[in-house]
Amino acid sequence: MSHPAGSGDHADAAYLLDSAGPAAPPRDNGELVFAAPWESQAFGVALALQDAGRIDWEDFRRSLIREIGDWEAAHPSGEGWNYYECWLRSLERLVSATGLVAAGDLRARRAELAARPDGHDHRHDHEE
Amino acid sequence: MTSASEPLDPALRVEALASLLIDRGLLDEATIETFVKTYEQSVGPMNGAKVVAKAWTDPQYRARLLADGTAAIGELGFKGPQGEHMVVLEDTPVVHHVVVCTLCSCYPWPVLGLPPSWYKDPAYRARVVREPRQVLREFGLDLDDGVEIRVHDSSSEVRYMVLPERPAGTEHYSEAELAALVTRDAMVGVAKVAAP
Repeated sequence: MSHPAGSGDHADAAYLLDSAGPAAPPRDNGELVFAAPWESQAFGVALALQDAGRIDWEDFRRSLIREIGDWEAAHPSGEGWNYYECWLRSLERLVSATGLVAAGDLRARRAELAARPDGHDHRHDHEE
Repeated sequence: MTSASEPLDPALRVEALASLLIDRGLLDEATIETFVKTYEQSVGPMNGAKVVAKAWTDPQYRARLLADGTAAIGELGFKGPQGEHMVVLEDTPVVHHVVVCTLCSCYPWPVLGLPPSWYKDPAYRARVVREPRQVLREFGLDLDDGVEIRVHDSSSEVRYMVLPERPAGTEHYSEAELAALVTRDAMVGVAKVAAP
């Protein structure tokens, strides 16, 4: 099968910024695209990283395939499946593998955010 | 206290990731928001429905669409990530196409928006390859035994979209009226376009 040549990922992503105009039709006959705000955030971070040329989409896809494969191997019943969990984990792995954000820095930032006082935003399941 | 081994709230994880990337100037909040809004509100199966309706009413467009999906879809202004190498599969009375991505969830975003949850589900991805006729039946599509079902597994190279059959009784419909009949499921291949 032959494919049209050219059209790098990066160049194509730029079109998106112009496509959200009032002429764009509303989404229809679909379901909610994201089940929770964090899912849309994880989606947006990946797209924005690609758009900025910080990650290669094919690398991300490979990382996602591995993550999904690992999850499925560990959960033969399929119970507890969440696609964007795999998405987020593969994104975390990719940014640390490519050196954009060291894994230790990510852990430190999580701890910082988790330590915010109650009521700031996140619920705390484990209070001391 | 949250220990390292405890599963962390994904909302907190994504916030940590995004805030670090933003602090380092690798990303900006507005771009993230733009992508989210675009796919939540602007890009969706109505784009694909317009492609289908045009193909039903314009034989030359149909020919271009089947010969080079990416270019013909681009004529209508639909392009972008996950739509770079589009192949359009034409249903006939004897061949029915259905699309899957067995390894992850590749999907033609510019024409269909983001995939529904069932498309990403491990069960659909595995079963539609093994027992397509049964899976389609569960979607409410009972095909005659004489109809050949072709399952197409998306790859890193190709994104598929199905061109369903135009339903009977729509001879006098305008392109816009036709587009309103076309569903996402029909363009993935788990449904037919119902007669009005």
